[in-house]
Amino acid sequence: MFVNVGGVENLVEAKALTKHFGTFEAVRGIDVEVRRGEAFGFLGPNGAGKSSTMRMVACVSGRTGGELKVLGMDPDRDGPKIRARIGVVPQLDNLDLELTVRQNLQIYGRYFGMSRQRCREKAVELLEFAQLADRADHEVEPLSGGMKRRLTIARSLVNDPELLLLDEPTTGLDPQARHLLWDRLFRLKQDGVTLIITTHYMDEAEQLCDRLVVMDGGRIAAEGSPSELINRYSTREVLELRFQPGAEKPDLERFAERVEVLPDRLLLYTQDGEHTLAKVHEHGVQPIQSLVRRSSLEDVFLRLTGRTLVD
Amino acid sequence: MQTLRASWFGFEKHWLWYRRNWRATAVSSFLSPLLFLVALGLGFGSQVQSTALIGGVPYLQYLAPALVVITAVQGATFESTYAIMSSFLWQKTYIGMVATPITPAQVVYGQVMWIGSQLFVRSVVFVVIAVALGAAGGPGIGLAVLFATLAGLAFSCPLIAYSATLDKPDSFNTVFRFVLMPMTLFTGAFFPVSQLPNWLLPLVWLTPAWHGIELARGATFGTLGLLPALGHTAYLVAMIAVGLFFSVRFFHRRLAV
Repeated sequence: MFVNVGGVENLVEAKALTKHFGTFEAVRGIDVEVRRGEAFGFLGPNGAGKSSTMRMVACVSGRTGGELKVLGMDPDRDGPKIRARIGVVPQLDNLDLELTVRQNLQIYGRYFGMSRQRCREKAVELLEFAQLADRADHEVEPLSGGMKRRLTIARSLVNDPELLLLDEPTTGLDPQARHLLWDRLFRLKQDGVTLIITTHYMDEAEQLCDRLVVMDGGRIAAEGSPSELINRYSTREVLELRFQPGAEKPDLERFAERVEVLPDRLLLYTQDGEHTLAKVHEHGVQPIQSLVRRSSLEDVFLRLTGRTLVD
Repeated sequence: MQTLRASWFGFEKHWLWYRRNWRATAVSSFLSPLLFLVALGLGFGSQVQSTALIGGVPYLQYLAPALVVITAVQGATFESTYAIMSSFLWQKTYIGMVATPITPAQVVYGQVMWIGSQLFVRSVVFVVIAVALGAAGGPGIGLAVLFATLAGLAFSCPLIAYSATLDKPDSFNTVFRFVLMPMTLFTGAFFPVSQLPNWLLPLVWLTPAWHGIELARGATFGTLGLLPALGHTAYLVAMIAVGLFFSVRFFHRRLAV
């Protein structure tokens, strides 16, 4: 049975939210709503204002202007109360390296005021979830990056949060470790935990997010589900053509709905990539390499900002 | 009440660590008083003639209560520098703590509670060893435990505030060399401050070590007047209060922006 604990359906509501650091405007007036049960993403390059937004939602950083409600409460007034009901996975691990894996989980439960008995039980459960049961009584320091990340995520669940904030959860991990983490996050979503994820990986956003906003320069450039955004801002397929370095790139505007010129290649936006490639060949253009693929959020970002996500 | 409870969890984190590692720290808290008392009190002290200036007591007994204070101030220095910086910058454990209902101020209180308890335990160990070596000048040396803890915290709290403003550990060496070292040598632990040039005295009076030593030695030999006792204690408490005030401010600035 679905229980509406806080009496709100929008776990996060922001209107004209801003954050300044001195004269630097990190967040320049954004409107965001995150609904209960969804996985919501902030996609954007480094410096887009994602982390600043996350810190305001996590109630560790006050807002400069605008309105913000988290779980129906005002972070300025009810910070500790809100923090008691959310989980935070920070961009950089802040585990206690001198404690054991198990102790890290237990003491974190204590920070939420849970009884020692409850912390012990919860630690056992979370060790299982993070697949770290065989390392339970090892120190944290020598663990691999992926293991530390899993422990950090497990730790953020110690208080059974209604809302989980993940800031760049898989940055710096190898592909295998990323997939393992994504699997854990899917499970949480199925269990009804609301997720907010920041990332500059478009595949991560596509995999995990029901809805997302594209952020750039402290503003929201677009909002929607991954497929909506792709439909709205890109074509079905993309033809990538690579030419000899230094060679002049031919003008192929007439073969596609839109052409993006990148330093090393051309992107032709089209409904049928193979068909476009055939026409390009017919025309006598000889790229050294060609690739047809589906449009992705990367293309959406490129369209919206004229830049690529990861420089 | 809520604050005390939340601060306690910060203390508990250290306790969790201590439970597994107390043996390592125990060795140093036993060994250091033993070595100092034997070398300076028994060894060096055997060559020192007792004078009226040091109250006519054996040098070993003159030294012991002051060494309790000096050891506490030194311990406080190490607990309030690299350990604080690491919790901000290297392990970042403070950042993890303030993502929970715990506030930056409560992080400070928990940290200070832990340091205070460490200083207290070490001082108890010191006094027990002093008694065993015959270095106790009187039953009042028991009070040296409290005064040493107080003096240690009086140095610790402002130092925690200072550490919270730094981004690299370079300036800690300056603190060790130009604050801790002179404070160890010239605040009356090894010889009466009346032997120092007059112009230096105001500087000595600023140090928590001098106030702690006056209290600890006075209590040991029963020469402590009520008014001086209150004055020294008030000064140390004021240093703690000011240090806490700035620590809370700087922790907040660092953790909640």
